[in-house]
Amino acid sequence: MPNNSSPVAETPRATESPLVEPAESPLVEPVESPLVEPAGTRISASSISDHDSAGSVSEHEETRKVHAALTRSSTGSADLRELESGLDSLQSDAIRKARVDWSRILLPVAAVVVLIIIWQAYVSLGLKRRDLVPGPFDVAEQFGTLWAEGSLQEAVWTSLQRGLLGFLISVAIATPVGLLLAQVAPLRRAFGPLISGLQVLPSVAWVPAAIIWFGLTDATVYFVVFMGAIPSIINGLISGVDQIPPQYRSVGTVLGASRLQMAVQIILPAALPGYLSGLKQGWAFSWRSLMAAEIIAVGGTIGFGLGSMLNQGRDLADMTIVMSAILLILAVGILIELLVFAPIEKRLLQRRGLLSGSTR
Amino acid sequence: MPVVLENLGKRFGDGAPVLDDVNATIGKGEFVALLGASGCGKSTLLNIMAGLEVPTSGALEVPSDGAAFMFQDSALFPWLTARENVELALKLRGVGKAERRTKAGELLDLVHLAEAGDKRPHELSGGMRQRVALARSLAQDRQLLLMDEPFAALDAITRDLLHDELERIWKETGRTIVFVTHNVREAVRLGQRVLLLSSRPGRVVQEWNVTEEHRTDAGLAGQLTGVITARLREEIRRHAK
Repeated sequence: MPNNSSPVAETPRATESPLVEPAESPLVEPVESPLVEPAGTRISASSISDHDSAGSVSEHEETRKVHAALTRSSTGSADLRELESGLDSLQSDAIRKARVDWSRILLPVAAVVVLIIIWQAYVSLGLKRRDLVPGPFDVAEQFGTLWAEGSLQEAVWTSLQRGLLGFLISVAIATPVGLLLAQVAPLRRAFGPLISGLQVLPSVAWVPAAIIWFGLTDATVYFVVFMGAIPSIINGLISGVDQIPPQYRSVGTVLGASRLQMAVQIILPAALPGYLSGLKQGWAFSWRSLMAAEIIAVGGTIGFGLGSMLNQGRDLADMTIVMSAILLILAVGILIELLVFAPIEKRLLQRRGLLSGSTR
Repeated sequence: MPVVLENLGKRFGDGAPVLDDVNATIGKGEFVALLGASGCGKSTLLNIMAGLEVPTSGALEVPSDGAAFMFQDSALFPWLTARENVELALKLRGVGKAERRTKAGELLDLVHLAEAGDKRPHELSGGMRQRVALARSLAQDRQLLLMDEPFAALDAITRDLLHDELERIWKETGRTIVFVTHNVREAVRLGQRVLLLSSRPGRVVQEWNVTEEHRTDAGLAGQLTGVITARLREEIRRHAK
């Protein structure tokens, strides 16, 4: 029996060899069935029992010292599975239970209440004429009147329908264009600055042109919405693609993805967080553009939307209608954010483990 | 011979050559550790073998179906679960939907992660992520598996276990593995053959055979580690000013 693995042997090849780094602490392992253990390397339990009392589990089991970094440190598949399973459970986080956080609901509500109280207090001081600065109760009363007339529901429904349809068509156009620009360098160099420029150009600037081209029709409204939303969605998608770790593309190449597979299976999902903030901004732009278009383009076959209501309030010099319309436009914006974008974004970030430590 | 490198050279732009006159032959089913200090072009060499970069001179013979690749960080896609990550590799290979699911399950079981299939990468520990990445690269079903310092970022306990794990899987699957590392002990622990690459330019300067005795005898392994370390330091000293 060769004794080169026995600790009692004083040869330079023994386990206490000075070449073995002291940082790697020796592990004590039973030697039951190593992967491919040559029979000759086994040593008797008695020869090391005085060195290592912890290893003597049973009289039949042979033990020896193993330098983990240098040789096999586990004894076969079952042992390895057990060790790994133990390490996995040690290294995995315990599942934290999510609770309903009431401050998330109560704080924003409290903020709104405080603002309304300040508003009412200012009106009560009587510094301005009541018809120029109506109080919250005057506006609430106007709300009731508009609701009873049915014009409030009509305005909200008309605008919301247009805003959502315009936004969805914008998404359908901007997504392939954005992917193409992000993936094809010459196209991006050619059109990138133009698209960034379009984002800066206020979409209201397109209203006169749209009226000349399409007259007072829905086409005018949609055109203005597209010009507002499409560039910001494209830009969001491009910046999302720019932030993809380069390694993801390498993985795609190594896995043998075609150009289309790369775009759909890897680039698009990887860019999703950036794309989503582009979509949020795109929605904000389409909603704003819609209001601008509705204020300016009134009459013809264009129906009665929130912008039209705002314009009507100005024509009638009725500040309560103006305030009602502004609050409704704001409320729709907040509701879409809270009910549509916030849950999607939260889910997206949570699944990727990007939410811990944020102030959301 | 799955891999033959002949007088391979690589330079980026007009810079000094990163690789110069690299010659190596790697046999089918062999486990070769490619060892070198930082900046010796080991990763570049691996990228060339994977087809991610092209050599500027010399000839290269690799299997026609390409190679599987494992990166230093797991590079798992965070929007997919562990199983879906493995399934994506099968999907891009053209495996049918029903077969993908069973195959992915088998591969996860091979790396002892059958229960973690529905977890997302951020819920897994570093060692678990690397095992999923290993399962994904096995899903590619290529004879040649290239590994670029896959365990460098792991803690020592996990790394020791993954060494055993990789050796087991190599024996079970019969892959040809080229394993890049800057860790001499890791190279001796895993490789049947250790190739030492010089730095700037990278070139194979010496190679050692690691026998089965080195796998079980820490003294023998330690001795070889010492010899290789000495030779590696000699290479590094050449660059002292």
